[in-house]
Amino acid sequence: MNTSTAGAAAVITGMGVIAPTGVGTEEHWQAVLAGKTGIGRITRFDPSGYPVRLAGEVAGFTAKGQVPARLVPQTDRWTHLALAAADAAVADSAVDLASLPEYEMAVVTASSSGGTEFGQHEMERLYQNGPSWVGAYQSIAWFYAATTGQVSIRHGMRGPCGVVCTEQAGGLDAVGQARRLLRGQSRLVVTGGTDSSLCPYGLVAQLANGHLSSAEDADRAYLPFDVEAAGYVPGEGGAILVAERPGPDTQGRAYGRVLGYAAGFDQSARTGRRPVLAGTIRRALDDARCVPDDIDVVFADAAADPHLDRVEAEALAEVFGTHAVPVTAPKTLTGRLYGGGAALDVATALLALRDGVVPHTVGPTRLRSDCPLDLVRDAPRERPLRTALVVARGYGGFTSAMVLGRGDRPAGDI
Amino acid sequence: MSTFDVAELREIMSASVGVEDDVYFDGDHLDVPFADLGFDSLALLELASQIQRRYGMQIPDEAVTEDMSSPRAAVDYVNSRLVAAVA
Repeated sequence: MNTSTAGAAAVITGMGVIAPTGVGTEEHWQAVLAGKTGIGRITRFDPSGYPVRLAGEVAGFTAKGQVPARLVPQTDRWTHLALAAADAAVADSAVDLASLPEYEMAVVTASSSGGTEFGQHEMERLYQNGPSWVGAYQSIAWFYAATTGQVSIRHGMRGPCGVVCTEQAGGLDAVGQARRLLRGQSRLVVTGGTDSSLCPYGLVAQLANGHLSSAEDADRAYLPFDVEAAGYVPGEGGAILVAERPGPDTQGRAYGRVLGYAAGFDQSARTGRRPVLAGTIRRALDDARCVPDDIDVVFADAAADPHLDRVEAEALAEVFGTHAVPVTAPKTLTGRLYGGGAALDVATALLALRDGVVPHTVGPTRLRSDCPLDLVRDAPRERPLRTALVVARGYGGFTSAMVLGRGDRPAGDI
Repeated sequence: MSTFDVAELREIMSASVGVEDDVYFDGDHLDVPFADLGFDSLALLELASQIQRRYGMQIPDEAVTEDMSSPRAAVDYVNSRLVAAVA
């Protein structure tokens, strides 16, 4: 197994979490370990006329004071969340940005919906008042690269920036792209992702995939691998990460290392082709120079759809054997965060590696017989951890896997 | 006749394009180009759009960049148009 820092092209040295489980990395982590859910009835608008009433909202975040005043009316909430999380991540990394050349720093984030709430507001003005009422910032606030652009401008990062739009797989694909850049000219990449699409326009767009939970009971709404699995709960937020090229400068600061990454794409079920998940996981392991036994914990995609759950469980059984590796899905506390989801899973996995504890999955009680997993339930499981596999799938066929290794940051107090 | 002043300019911009707490449009800032105060061309287009709706006037795109380049220039330009409209 590849255990040297030198072998990794990317280390994660900073993180900023803004999620339904908490604003701030440690608040999130403590909520995860306590199994405290961030899912509740939607408060951002009246959901009574919609088939989905529950969501993971980020409570306790207001852009004012957290985001430069000038950017508050110019950008969508999803960008607000990312700007604040990026500030936190950069501070957390303790990197001196002024010491790095501006063209050797880049920003690559994941986005799934773009600025839907901002866009809805401007559409309302268009239809109610006319074209001249549509604000000038609609031109840049809604689109997927807006967050990357604003973070790039704010921190003077003028390297090869970009955005990946691969739905819930986006967080891994963004970190994968960051690693690719760090193998080239870039020395630091702000990456990860957020999403915030909890407005009527955003929710209706999500309904079309047919996978959202219409449950009313927050504790029973998102039950991956369970016999009662009936869809997922949508959420907002995510995590922004600082990825750096490892070297003497990063010593003592790394939460973990990006050891391996692979992406695949499923064709339509109508084609009868096998799902690519098992092969994608194998390629990520190969990339990390790991064998299955090297993996200490799996952070599952956990779609909570009977078919997708079975596909994931079969892929994990095929690669690792049945019940052979602890599997967890803390995302049942937040809902699926789309562009922010896999980024948050990476952050949570890195915290698990740092502290030597597998957080448990809250919700599922009776696993399906065709999901032979060692799903960690009831309580966190403490054990030394060296590596974690994060699996993420995005609607439409996006499939990604990433192997993370423990870093050299001292453990937190838990 | 209604007139337009710096306080109103700041109020409009605070609501529509955002203004940092330490940026005032009077005193030292009055003649500083908007670009140097951190406002891009989109901010000025949005400002013009807001003023057009509030005062029912038309502001040509070229006036936004040429005649409204600083807080004082913007206030003077809008007032000149208000005067012209009354005359």
